[in-house]
Amino acid sequence: MESVEEEEEEVRRIVTDEEKLEAKNFNIFDLPDVPKGLPPHLELQRTRVVCEVGAPLHATGTIYSGAYISSGVDNSVNLENFSEDFKVDVISLTETDMVFDMIGIPQGIANAFRRILLAELPSMAIEKVFVVNNTSIIQDEVLAHRLGLIPIVADPRLFEYLSENDQPNERNTIVFKLHVKCPKGDPRRKVLSSELKWLPNGSELLKESAGGSTTNPKTHTSFSRSQDSFPEFADNPIMPSFEDILIAKLGPGQEIELEAHAVKGIGKTHAKWSPVATAWYRMFPEVILLKEFEGKHAEELVKVCPRKVFDIEEMGQGRKRATVARPRDCSLCRECLREGDETIEGEANSKGKAEAKSEGKAEAKSEGKAEAKGKRDWVDQVALRRVKNHFIFTIESTGSQPPDVLFTEAVKILEDKCERVISELS
Amino acid sequence: MEHGSFKDNSHATFTLGEEDHTLANAVRFVLNQDPRVTVGAYTIPHPSLEKVNIRVQTTGDPAKEVFKDACQELMQMNRHVRSVFDKAVTEYKAEEERKVKKAAEELQRQRELFGSMDIESN
Repeated sequence: MESVEEEEEEVRRIVTDEEKLEAKNFNIFDLPDVPKGLPPHLELQRTRVVCEVGAPLHATGTIYSGAYISSGVDNSVNLENFSEDFKVDVISLTETDMVFDMIGIPQGIANAFRRILLAELPSMAIEKVFVVNNTSIIQDEVLAHRLGLIPIVADPRLFEYLSENDQPNERNTIVFKLHVKCPKGDPRRKVLSSELKWLPNGSELLKESAGGSTTNPKTHTSFSRSQDSFPEFADNPIMPSFEDILIAKLGPGQEIELEAHAVKGIGKTHAKWSPVATAWYRMFPEVILLKEFEGKHAEELVKVCPRKVFDIEEMGQGRKRATVARPRDCSLCRECLREGDETIEGEANSKGKAEAKSEGKAEAKSEGKAEAKGKRDWVDQVALRRVKNHFIFTIESTGSQPPDVLFTEAVKILEDKCERVISELS
Repeated sequence: MEHGSFKDNSHATFTLGEEDHTLANAVRFVLNQDPRVTVGAYTIPHPSLEKVNIRVQTTGDPAKEVFKDACQELMQMNRHVRSVFDKAVTEYKAEEERKVKKAAEELQRQRELFGSMDIESN
């Protein structure tokens, strides 16, 4: 009763201007004991893809900037935050392969890079094949198709596109010659890509001229100067990336004589023009042990993982514990979550039943366990997650350009696309 | 191409030709990060036609400006990505060279050590 009287007294006080201002500027999040940021389960939803036994959860990101405005958390990623948080870690880099981490980049942009690497980066590949003589068992068109797929070491930035109305010249065409014969009496021989000879002076095949004049025989290309004279090609001749690609096989008495013209193109038109063998990314895996795995269970966990993600840690007094040693190698095969037969009896039964949560599946399993010999149920004890915004990119180049150059070009192409849209709108 | 209304320029659909998910999904992400945007989405009417329709609805600002700002921001993000990537690659290459040099020096030192040992035994 006393407290009620006190409250009534307080209400009758006059509210001062200072207090009004304080009330207007009052922010509940400034109070000392109110936690900042999102509650942990929402933060998990926002930043992690949770991989359950059935399917991944929360895979699509909440990209709407005002998604968590009622909690006072700003979900927007503007240029400043992005510039501060973005990081690149190169894991390995060779002439043909590259593995690097990109942290802090949104999924849509990472996918845009991947798509551009596969389909919109230009490269050189054989397009037209002039067959003079082909007595092998490989048909002309099949031979031409195989020639087109051979990767060529030539920087496409030094060449121009060849359209229908253009004349093939030294700026837009590379000419190769293939002339192989298998003499009678010899055994079958293979025709490898090393036998493709580069003709820096252009085509050697003469075009049939309508008037029949022989004063100026024209070839299929009009090279005004030899490609040899270009500084880039003076020391490194143009040739296929790999010398041991099998083009055809010749039996005794068979011969192939042809000339192949390579032009610039992009992967969208035909996959032979894709400069990467392949390019892919995966999200960074996170493996968390929710419960302690000790002794025999720890050993079983380590044995079950095909990628050796877990390790045993000695804790002294002969006790062993499982730890997550290499989460990066996890391929999400979910073997550690899978239901399996226990190799140890007795202990598994009681553990499984005690740990069963409200999930209907788990309950049914634990009931069945009472009769079963001992089934492993680790679904609630290991958490497999993927970190959004952290991508492990792998780029495998076919040899024409090193992978870091390819990635830089891909980013440039996305910039060009944006610029084109902006200029169209203005 | 912008499909909108003359009276209310805060809602519009932009049709881009010769584009696909590559640009559209990336722009959609940046668009949704802008607090002025209420609806930012894209659709591809038919996969055989290379057209993308991007819908932008804002809280008052003209849709064209907001869309242009989003493209501008995407461009700047790309520039930043490029510079950070180039730096990381040069650092990695320098580090690799340092390692190779150190290994070569180590090998040289060991060779000299063994060489001097032979002389001693003689």
